[in-house]
Amino acid sequence: MTRDDIKDLILEIIKDIDEDANFATLQSDQPLRDQLDLDSMDFLDIVMELRKRHKLQIPEEDYPQLASLDSCVNYLEPMLKNV
Amino acid sequence: MPFSLDKAADHYDVIVIGSGLGGLTTAKRLSYCGHKVLLLEFHHQLGGLATWFKRKDHIFDISLHGFPYGMVKTCKKYWTKEITGSIVQLKNIVFDNPQFSLQTTFDRSDFTALLKKKFKIAQTTIDHFFSTVAGMNFYDDQTMTTRELFDEFFPGRTDVHRLLMEPITYANGSTLDDPAITYGIVFSNFMNKGVFTFEGGTDKLIQMMTEDLEKNGVMICTNAKVDRIIVEKGKVRGIEVNGRVITAPAVVSNSGITNTIYDLAGRDVFSQDFLVKADAIRVNNSSCQVYIGLKKDAAIEDKGDLLFTSTAPVFDSSELLDMHTRSKTFSVYYPKTRPGHDRYAIVASMNSRFDDWNSLTPAAYATEKQALIERTLVDLNRYFPGVNDKIDWLEAATPKTFNRYTLHSRGTSFGTKFEGLAVSRSLFKEVSGLFHVGSVGIIMSGWLGAINYGVIVANDVDGYIRSV
Repeated sequence: MTRDDIKDLILEIIKDIDEDANFATLQSDQPLRDQLDLDSMDFLDIVMELRKRHKLQIPEEDYPQLASLDSCVNYLEPMLKNV
Repeated sequence: MPFSLDKAADHYDVIVIGSGLGGLTTAKRLSYCGHKVLLLEFHHQLGGLATWFKRKDHIFDISLHGFPYGMVKTCKKYWTKEITGSIVQLKNIVFDNPQFSLQTTFDRSDFTALLKKKFKIAQTTIDHFFSTVAGMNFYDDQTMTTRELFDEFFPGRTDVHRLLMEPITYANGSTLDDPAITYGIVFSNFMNKGVFTFEGGTDKLIQMMTEDLEKNGVMICTNAKVDRIIVEKGKVRGIEVNGRVITAPAVVSNSGITNTIYDLAGRDVFSQDFLVKADAIRVNNSSCQVYIGLKKDAAIEDKGDLLFTSTAPVFDSSELLDMHTRSKTFSVYYPKTRPGHDRYAIVASMNSRFDDWNSLTPAAYATEKQALIERTLVDLNRYFPGVNDKIDWLEAATPKTFNRYTLHSRGTSFGTKFEGLAVSRSLFKEVSGLFHVGSVGIIMSGWLGAINYGVIVANDVDGYIRSV
């Protein structure tokens, strides 16, 4: 997966969580939590969805790596490079 | 329709013991993740404490008293659109005690107005209090108690303490001496948008959840009381139920945390360090309830959906737990609660200690139960004068009743105190493949807490199953 593919994947998962999520003004280097009003349960959903779709195991201590869209991509890129 | 146990296969990916809202939600999430799930319930009805019973033409809800708005998002994400669509607001919450009487929608803006106008609290104090509790989370300082929190913001104002604490004590059994974060998290959830309920009643909700689980391929068996969880070499192998062994690499217990450790798994499978922590768990208090059914064609005026009433001079956590407490809530179920079922029902709830009731002789128990009903009717007549003539069903439940139907240690109706959460969360680190979901730690209780905890635990289980 390219960095853009990973970005799309994350946004697609968030869209499933909240169909009203608005990505128009989303800044990729800023926390997703504040911009999209995501709570800790929503982040858990992202983790579970990544495991379901791509068999990724993300340990709890790495959850902070999913804070912004950019940090998600940086963290997931090596794991998804052969997908 | 749930099946009898003889229809169950000999092996599953995961077995869930108990069908409280936590167990049901874990089962749902794990089936969604593609696992083969068996759900076992000892009772003939699913739901755990999210339950109801029928007498004559009446339907009484046990724990449908009001939950926070967060339930809408949670049901939308983890259950179905139909379930979400049945959530409606309870707009008229009433407080009546010697210190104040008022009506509220129980949300931040209305509470702010009340605190300012009726209780003469400065706007800056109110705003600071709300932002403090809203910012509380699980990782905060856990040494501050709710009493200290109130004393900091509203020193000496026992009336304000009562307004802020009384409803939460009924919601999760917490007291002024529990960690302030357990108060802040739950109170803020309610203050978000007010109090909500499930139109159609608990029976409809559980029916919808059951159908959804069946659609997702979960095998559900009722009247199936698990005797023990089989652990071999520090790892779960399955369960024993009615003399039959069913194997699975993962078992999720939605039994009480203490029942899970001592009765189902057994002390000998845990380390000494773990048992020290488990032995320190304080199970929360239980409840008493009085169920009041009105005659066909009888009606009462709309005096509010949820009435927090007391004749005790001030709020006192131990007074609320006393066997002869003068404090109780009335949940009033008007015909609008169950469209199509044209009856009025009232459920009075009190907090109560198991030991107080369990230590009575059978004769004294019957006498106390009758006295509980009598006291409740006296209180109820203050709000609905002459209601006695309209009643055609009266029945009481005590902590012993809760114990009988849920099997929970000492009939707890609010799970455990705060320390129970860490033990519940670390169970699978102690015995591979063994998980617990259920009311623990005060914050993971109530309908919303139980469902969300079910999702959290399902994530752990899914991660584990995929790693073995």
